[in-house]
Amino acid sequence: MNTPSTARGALLHTLQRRRWRNWLALLAGLLLLVAAMSLSAALGVQKLSMATSLRGLFAPLLPQAWLSDIPRWQIELLQQLRLPRIVMAVVAGAGLALAGVAMQGITRNPLVSPYTVGISPAAAFGASLAILSGAAGAWSAPYLTVAAAFVSAVLCATLVLAFSALRGVSSTMLVLGGVGLTYLFSALTASVQFVATEQQLSAIVQWTFGSLNGSTWNEVAIAGGVLLLGAPLLQWHAWALNAFAAGGDDIAASLGFAVGRVRAVVTIVAVMITAAVVSFTGVIGFVGLVAPHIARLLIGGDHRWLLPFSAIVGALLVLLSDMTGRLLFAPVIIPVGIVVAYVGVPLFLHLLLSSRHKAAL
Amino acid sequence: MLNVEKLSYRHGGRATGDRLILDAIDLHVNAGEIVCLVGPNGAGKSTLLKCINLIQPSQQAAMTLDGRALVQMSRRDLARAIAYVPQQSGTAMALRVIDMIALGRAPHRRWNSAAQDRRLVLAAIERLDLQALALRSYDELSGGERQRILLARALVQQGRLLLLDEPTSDLDLHHQLQAMTAAREIADAQGSGVLIAIHDLALASRFADRLVMLKQGRVVAQGHWREILTPANIEAVYGVSALIGSDHDIPYVIPMSHP
Repeated sequence: MNTPSTARGALLHTLQRRRWRNWLALLAGLLLLVAAMSLSAALGVQKLSMATSLRGLFAPLLPQAWLSDIPRWQIELLQQLRLPRIVMAVVAGAGLALAGVAMQGITRNPLVSPYTVGISPAAAFGASLAILSGAAGAWSAPYLTVAAAFVSAVLCATLVLAFSALRGVSSTMLVLGGVGLTYLFSALTASVQFVATEQQLSAIVQWTFGSLNGSTWNEVAIAGGVLLLGAPLLQWHAWALNAFAAGGDDIAASLGFAVGRVRAVVTIVAVMITAAVVSFTGVIGFVGLVAPHIARLLIGGDHRWLLPFSAIVGALLVLLSDMTGRLLFAPVIIPVGIVVAYVGVPLFLHLLLSSRHKAAL
Repeated sequence: MLNVEKLSYRHGGRATGDRLILDAIDLHVNAGEIVCLVGPNGAGKSTLLKCINLIQPSQQAAMTLDGRALVQMSRRDLARAIAYVPQQSGTAMALRVIDMIALGRAPHRRWNSAAQDRRLVLAAIERLDLQALALRSYDELSGGERQRILLARALVQQGRLLLLDEPTSDLDLHHQLQAMTAAREIADAQGSGVLIAIHDLALASRFADRLVMLKQGRVVAQGHWREILTPANIEAVYGVSALIGSDHDIPYVIPMSHP
């Protein structure tokens, strides 16, 4: 029979160990991510050594002398082609995963993701409308497409937000409303495709695949900037997200959270991150839904840990998928939006089935 | 301590029209007192608790806690003063039990409060014998285990007022006693007021200082069980004729027939 104090000691010890395990898992995830980034930078039609790609990855932080033995063309290959693409993969994966965790937590619904509330389909519609409008070929075309995708995504999000702010709208209604919007924007995109020329159609379909082709540092800076602003805000609301996940609006309110404000801030941040990512990459739908679940199965539902861990899982998922898509049939590149489902679904189903007796979901 | 005057709540629905759920309720709970709300399903017990906690907006109510008007308090101040245990809760999205209980400290959290918060959480875990569950996922627990965890969360919230919505409905005898004893201890030791919505009249009478009988949003009777658990009141409120007896100064109420 344990006395209370030794029992408490044992529990304290277990808690301490869990803390350490979480930190270790986070650290291991980060190391894995850096390893995957340098591997991805090394592999391609032109193979580079790992030593080169690792140094290339951290080039801005290293003294020039350390880089002097790398040929000029390798530096340029890394800095102009591979690294922007790799960093964009990380930003996109981390961003969509964070948006997914935040939306699932705030609606207390495991089926929600940026895709299911209509934001990604809306972005696809905006992009296809821009492509149809015929600016293709003009110098401003890529920017126009991105801007149209962004505006359309934010418009859709505003609709979702306004809907969710109505009194008596439950999170289930929010999800169903999002599903409705998804169909609406899919139909709109299909309508645009219906009247598009063959060339435009091909461009639209390419866009909706979701791809990291031609990522530039400018794009990375914009999407990454939004992510760097949004992620700490979400982390700041980790306790509030726990409260929403624990019992919805009523419980969050009874635990002292300003429900309306938290919901607005978290949703707006999630939407902005999603819009910023999706406008550049096209639809990478699956990550926002599945990365949070994989992370939850691995580390549990506490948002203080779940948020950063999901971001790492999402980044790894997109990065590894893009790497697979680049290498499998090189020099043909399979768009990451397609590969991510092939890589992610088996992993997801495996974790789901192996957890079914623990009811972690 | 808690004083409620003329609390009304009207539920608007397009199909059903406006429906008066609570009709000018007057209620008070003194410091250190346990008051049990009893009455049939749909009498407005849960709604009353939510209105007091300002989760449900009510109409024309004057509610004060220790003299302060509730509507003038911030959400955070309200959460420090009032702990609420809901009737049931669905998924917790894979939150672990200990994280669930720790949420009770959310309104008290400061940059340097981690150690004290942890101490209170562990004490509540011990108080309700939850050690074995502490690291399990809340979603995989039974209804009774969940109820004890929600009670633990309310304990660490350290409110002046505890609102418990059927905290014993899924519990076995051992844990019913444990939960109600915990409520009694809080009332005695911290001088908190406890307001409990509950169906079990015997359990209510065993622990409550006062019973308040509700029917269709109105207070029908209130007082010590000996005054209000009468065949006439039971028939008026529940619509059944009942056999009422007592043993060791605890009543038992056995429904016999529809009159």
